[in-house]
Amino acid sequence: MAKRIDVSGLSAFYGNHRAIDDISMTVEPRSVTAFIGPSGCGKSTFLRTLNRMHEVTPGGRVEGKVMLDDENLYGSSVDPVTVRRTVGMVFQRPNPFPTMSIYDNVAAGLKLNGVRKKGELDAIVEKSLKGANLWNEVKDRLNKPGSGLSGGQQQRLCIARAIAVEPQVLLMDEPCSALDPISTLAIEDLIGELKTRFTIVIVTHNMQQAARVSDRTAFFNLAGVGQPGKLIEIDDTERIFSNPSVQATEDYISGRFG
Amino acid sequence: MTTIETPPAAAPPRKAATVTRPGDRVFANLSRGSGILLLVVMAAIAVFLTVRAVHAISKDHGNFLTTFEWTPSLNPPVFGIAVLAYGTVISSIIAMIIAVPIALGIALFITHYAPRRLGGPIAYVIDLLAAVPSIVYGLWGALFLVPHLRGLNLWLDDYLSWTLIFHKSDPNSAPRSLFTVGILLAIMILPIITNVSREVINQVPKMHQEAALALGATRWEVIRLSVLPFARSGIISASMLGLGRALGETMAVATVLSASPVLSAHILDPVGGTFSQNIVAKFGEADEFGRDALIASGLVLFVITLLVNGTARLIIARRKEYSGANA
Repeated sequence: MAKRIDVSGLSAFYGNHRAIDDISMTVEPRSVTAFIGPSGCGKSTFLRTLNRMHEVTPGGRVEGKVMLDDENLYGSSVDPVTVRRTVGMVFQRPNPFPTMSIYDNVAAGLKLNGVRKKGELDAIVEKSLKGANLWNEVKDRLNKPGSGLSGGQQQRLCIARAIAVEPQVLLMDEPCSALDPISTLAIEDLIGELKTRFTIVIVTHNMQQAARVSDRTAFFNLAGVGQPGKLIEIDDTERIFSNPSVQATEDYISGRFG
Repeated sequence: MTTIETPPAAAPPRKAATVTRPGDRVFANLSRGSGILLLVVMAAIAVFLTVRAVHAISKDHGNFLTTFEWTPSLNPPVFGIAVLAYGTVISSIIAMIIAVPIALGIALFITHYAPRRLGGPIAYVIDLLAAVPSIVYGLWGALFLVPHLRGLNLWLDDYLSWTLIFHKSDPNSAPRSLFTVGILLAIMILPIITNVSREVINQVPKMHQEAALALGATRWEVIRLSVLPFARSGIISASMLGLGRALGETMAVATVLSASPVLSAHILDPVGGTFSQNIVAKFGEADEFGRDALIASGLVLFVITLLVNGTARLIIARRKEYSGANA
């Protein structure tokens, strides 16, 4: 189910502004990789290049290669819509479709993929909600609007919606930054369970969170305002937080800047 | 600080003891005066119209609601709004059927499909369309639209005559019909529906569209999943605004329609009339009583427009639940 991501020489632009510069890294399947770094260092932009959401922004474009196993996501014959069906995404603020029921929210991606049979939909919706640890809380009100749930429940609903289509990779852009500590804990536990099935990449501002959930951690930084963001180093999470090889990483995680 | 602190147990009449600045007082009275003036003017108009209308209707020897003819000058006077109400509603419905899908298409094109450099100018041109005076539309309708619609009329009569709606009693008659009026009205209400829809569609939060995109939705699927559901009530109220304008439109209708007191289901026939067209056509030669009768018909149009606006407001009020739920 899960695939390896192999990025080489990737730069992303907004118009003429270079947002991230020459990034290369490998993300192993069935692992959690955390991106940390100060605001504006391009970690969210980089995350969005991994499912071609970056180019949705007017003027957004990319140079370089992103390989998903043997397939280049930026190959000339690759349809970005297909990429996004393979690489799912969870956003900073929970964004269930406000006019849809809980059930329809989870089923939305399936219907896009042409799943129409009621029985099949029911089964996948239940499985996905269970996979997102939400089933017990919502099984009696599947037909109520998704926007009526609490923030943490909405975010787990969004995760259920993303995993319902069985993506190869799950991208999470600060998925807990709008949530309270208890909801955050629920999501972090969930990430631990999901990594047995998916390759997970998570952007976070919370360094304890990176230390708790991830196997590998990548530190991004920028030389100054208006400068492109760069990957400073990527290593096993334990090593990054105990004995990083670059001074800037140590300064950042020990709170000396950023 | 000159604020006087009154203890919580103070007697109520001492409320006026706070300091108010003269500027505040002047402005408060000014705005209160404007508000009251508006209510007084509205009440005066309503009383005036109702008194005159009731006076006319009480002397009507036909049934005011079901009579076709408009002949208040006869002795005894006979006049009714059946043809006018029918013509007003039918021409507006035709206009809506044509204008709403096109307006929605333009709005979606500007917001989601057109490159930015193209979207801006198109929106600007649509704005210009809204600024064209209605008499100009009327002249264009009479001098250009009427002669050029002859072919379409014949085609509809040939192929869709069996629907009865598109049956034309006299194929040689000029297309000065409710159908032509409907097309003209559609062009006139296109800008307001387009612009309001565009505003509403622009307000669909980006995060909902990204939610659809991240699921692997195509551009159309993004619109269907996240844009249209969110903007639906706004688009409906935009259409209601357009409908309000179509219902009340006067000059364009009066220049194009060849009016006669006939109520026909065949919308291609050059017969019928609308409230405002009838008022502008009859007002000049009407005596005092005739004017009262026209005022009565105007009052009916006012009520219809009020109902339409009321419906629109109801729909907008329902929209609040949605936006509140995901704030």
